[in-house]
Amino acid sequence: MIGNITLGQYVPGNSILHRLDPRTKILWTMLLMVVTFLINTWQEYVMMGALTLILLIVSGIPVRQTLKGLKPLLFILAITAILNIFLTGGTPMLTIGPVRITYEGIIAAVKLFCRLVILVVTASLMTLTTTPMTMTDGIEKLLKPFGRIGVPAHEIAMMMSIALRFIPTLMEETERIMKAQASRGADFDTGSIFSRIKSFIPVLVPLFVSAFKRADELAEAMESRCYHGGKGRTRLKSIHFTNLDGTVTVIGFIYLVLLLGIRFIK
Amino acid sequence: MIVDNNGERVVLFSIISICENTREQGTRGRFFCVLFRNLRTQRNRPPVLVFMVNLMNEMIRTEDVYYEYMPQGEDEAGVQAVKGVSMSVEQGSFVVVLGRNGSGKSTLARLMNGLLIPGKGTVIVDGIRTDNREMIWEIRKTLGLVFQNPDNQIVATTVEEDVAFGPENLGMPPEEIRVMIDRSLKMVNMEGYGDYAPHMLSGGQKQRIAIAGILAMNPKCIVLDEATSMLDPTGRAEVMNVLHSLNRDKGITIVLITHHMDEAVEADKIFVMESGRIILSGTPRQIFENVEVVRQAGLDVPQVTALIYRLNQIGIRTDHLPVTMEETIRLMKNLLTGSDFAAKGRSKAPIYRLKSDGTVLKSKDETGTPIIKVRNLYHTYMPGSTFERKALKDINLTINEGDRFGIIGQTGSGKSTLVQHLNGILKPDSGTLEVDGLKAEGKELKALRRKVGLIFQYPEHQLFEETVYKDIIFGLNKLNLSEDEIKERVFHTIDLLGISPELLEKSPFELSGGQKRRVAIAGVLVMKPKVLILDEPTAGLDPQGSSEVFRILSNLNEKEGTTIIIISHNMEEIAAFCNRVAVMSDGGIAMCDTTENIFKLEEELKKYKLDVPQITRLFRQLEIPGLDIPTILTIDEAVDFIADVCHIRAGGVVQ
Repeated sequence: MIGNITLGQYVPGNSILHRLDPRTKILWTMLLMVVTFLINTWQEYVMMGALTLILLIVSGIPVRQTLKGLKPLLFILAITAILNIFLTGGTPMLTIGPVRITYEGIIAAVKLFCRLVILVVTASLMTLTTTPMTMTDGIEKLLKPFGRIGVPAHEIAMMMSIALRFIPTLMEETERIMKAQASRGADFDTGSIFSRIKSFIPVLVPLFVSAFKRADELAEAMESRCYHGGKGRTRLKSIHFTNLDGTVTVIGFIYLVLLLGIRFIK
Repeated sequence: MIVDNNGERVVLFSIISICENTREQGTRGRFFCVLFRNLRTQRNRPPVLVFMVNLMNEMIRTEDVYYEYMPQGEDEAGVQAVKGVSMSVEQGSFVVVLGRNGSGKSTLARLMNGLLIPGKGTVIVDGIRTDNREMIWEIRKTLGLVFQNPDNQIVATTVEEDVAFGPENLGMPPEEIRVMIDRSLKMVNMEGYGDYAPHMLSGGQKQRIAIAGILAMNPKCIVLDEATSMLDPTGRAEVMNVLHSLNRDKGITIVLITHHMDEAVEADKIFVMESGRIILSGTPRQIFENVEVVRQAGLDVPQVTALIYRLNQIGIRTDHLPVTMEETIRLMKNLLTGSDFAAKGRSKAPIYRLKSDGTVLKSKDETGTPIIKVRNLYHTYMPGSTFERKALKDINLTINEGDRFGIIGQTGSGKSTLVQHLNGILKPDSGTLEVDGLKAEGKELKALRRKVGLIFQYPEHQLFEETVYKDIIFGLNKLNLSEDEIKERVFHTIDLLGISPELLEKSPFELSGGQKRRVAIAGVLVMKPKVLILDEPTAGLDPQGSSEVFRILSNLNEKEGTTIIIISHNMEEIAAFCNRVAVMSDGGIAMCDTTENIFKLEEELKKYKLDVPQITRLFRQLEIPGLDIPTILTIDEAVDFIADVCHIRAGGVVQ
């Protein structure tokens, strides 16, 4: 069950991408996502695609692993592409009854498809090269400046890392409770949607009860290990910007300026 | 002044100050001495400042401590969990606190590191009162607490980060944290596991990580609140080894809260708790001599002690009650080697399997009618993925009607996977399964599931309804029974399980641990299964709770003729209850035979990392010339056997 989720699974390595500070990666991923929505011409698509490909190669992550992350999204990708083909107006290429496929429609579909693939690959590259813990550290540091306006940066990061820690535990527990209820006669697979949703009550109630109990016990355990918030706390692995972050950022900016600049030169 | 400490020469260099003010006023005068140590091996090096010693030599002191939990509702009274506990734990000692579930031991643990503050009385840890909130982090650093559930105390996503959690909170610099992590992981024998995710570890490993997380804060004392109760024997042994070596080699004070008697035998001192009070304290020998008091507190004594106690009762006197195996062997040899007796070459004494009511249990091995037939069954988890694991390989098994069938084997050997096939929760990849003529597929599956009740580990975790009654009838609702029939079945079941009818309208979440478990079992029994499977039915229960469960199961087996299959790590339970046993190893059935024949093969079982009951081992190790000693499985059998032999010796009757 857990094995199927590729999006967000860390692959150990020592590539440039792995060595970058998580903050650099988070900010750049956000920037690249915005740019992906700005691009429009073919040259821009090619350059953006090339950039993604370069990043993919540099990361040293097997291409197949990244593509696996696309698999669950393939259905959504296909649907949006198909909708685009049929619903975009313009010069008709092929008409079968009421269905009309236009030249513009196909172009829009291809572009959208490329755009989404680039988006997903960029996002997964970030999670594939960053451990969850470093990621939360990065988020904590990025949010810190907002502490003045009341954003609890340390608490958010701590909550995220605890959530990550407990996902496998709770998945296991869900499976166990489902089996236990099934052997008492619960039926999760048949009946109307409503009755199926209802059949999950015997799973959800014990799951919540246990999650609350776990939360209580964890809080006790943390307190007894001297946890008292982020104040005065040090980290085993603190994150630092290095020259690498600077270099990558400068090169990246030059590339993006070129990419978006072409449009204005014409 | 020269003191020898663990082979190192410790030179008490000077007493610098008598500090009553530096730490805490109100405690008695405490001397702090700065010790300089000359290591034997490094004489040339200048003396190093090592540590400060509390000359009072007391790690924990509680004085007339009371604690009451806040009442849940307005009209309810609070629960007085601890009532006037006064105890003292010496520095460097290994102390065990015994007590049944709900006796207040866990509250006591929480009082010791300031998670709870006593309502009355004081708790002093290493000279600091726990109600001094300014020193609270100092206290928790000095006295670390390991909790019961290994999963709920690991904070981080990797072992290394988790061990670092405490030092991080204390604000240690990263380089120092790194050193502490490596050192602590080494101390708990978990080097090289730094990058592991916690959910990839076994229970015993997780608990050792929790201990490492405390060691990384450089504590003087570790308190373990039933930290071994959720572990299998291997995991428990790992943790116990670590604790003993920490105590012996590093001088760390250990306070172990448990209801496993075998863990208590090696302690320096034992405290027995019962309803919030300490009713006994002393060395293991002093404690276990009070067999009746210990039993009344819902606990038990080691099997060897119980045996000699019983022998004393029937008139075979010994001068003292032994606690360890070696002592008992010596005692038994004296008892059984009589000169005239040895010469007579007494042959094998007749052995009967006794039922709980004392009547002889018929052996159904050959004559029974098969109710479960498993042929060439295979099962693979997550086939095709990187997590693929062959869980069951070529299982062939026949279980007869009315059997009390035991399944033993290490964690991960496939026991749970196998029993989940027996009621159709899991489907075999290949092979066949038949229960009472029904196959585990298609339309017969539902009928089969009704025939086979499966009770998972910690079944109380699946309770969910508003009332106990509704929870019990959850499965029945799907059977289209009349209201009366349902009522009748519920009352029949709760009568069988000893659940009082007043509980029926209560919420299951209000009940005690033992009651919850019985209600959960009732929810399965009410379906009137012909076969009842229990996965670790006594996990987490104290000795009294465990024996109640087995009384219920015996009853069920005899009165209703229900076939019972249990998985257990407790060999004493298996030996006393089952008539047949299967040993599982690495997804296959390694051995399957009568209980007696299985436990005869101690060496064979060792290969599968399994043990035999203490009593069985005792009689195997007894080598008495001229006496043919049979395989003894329970204390009853042992008493019978010895009574028989001694009688012969006294009266000189030879068959």
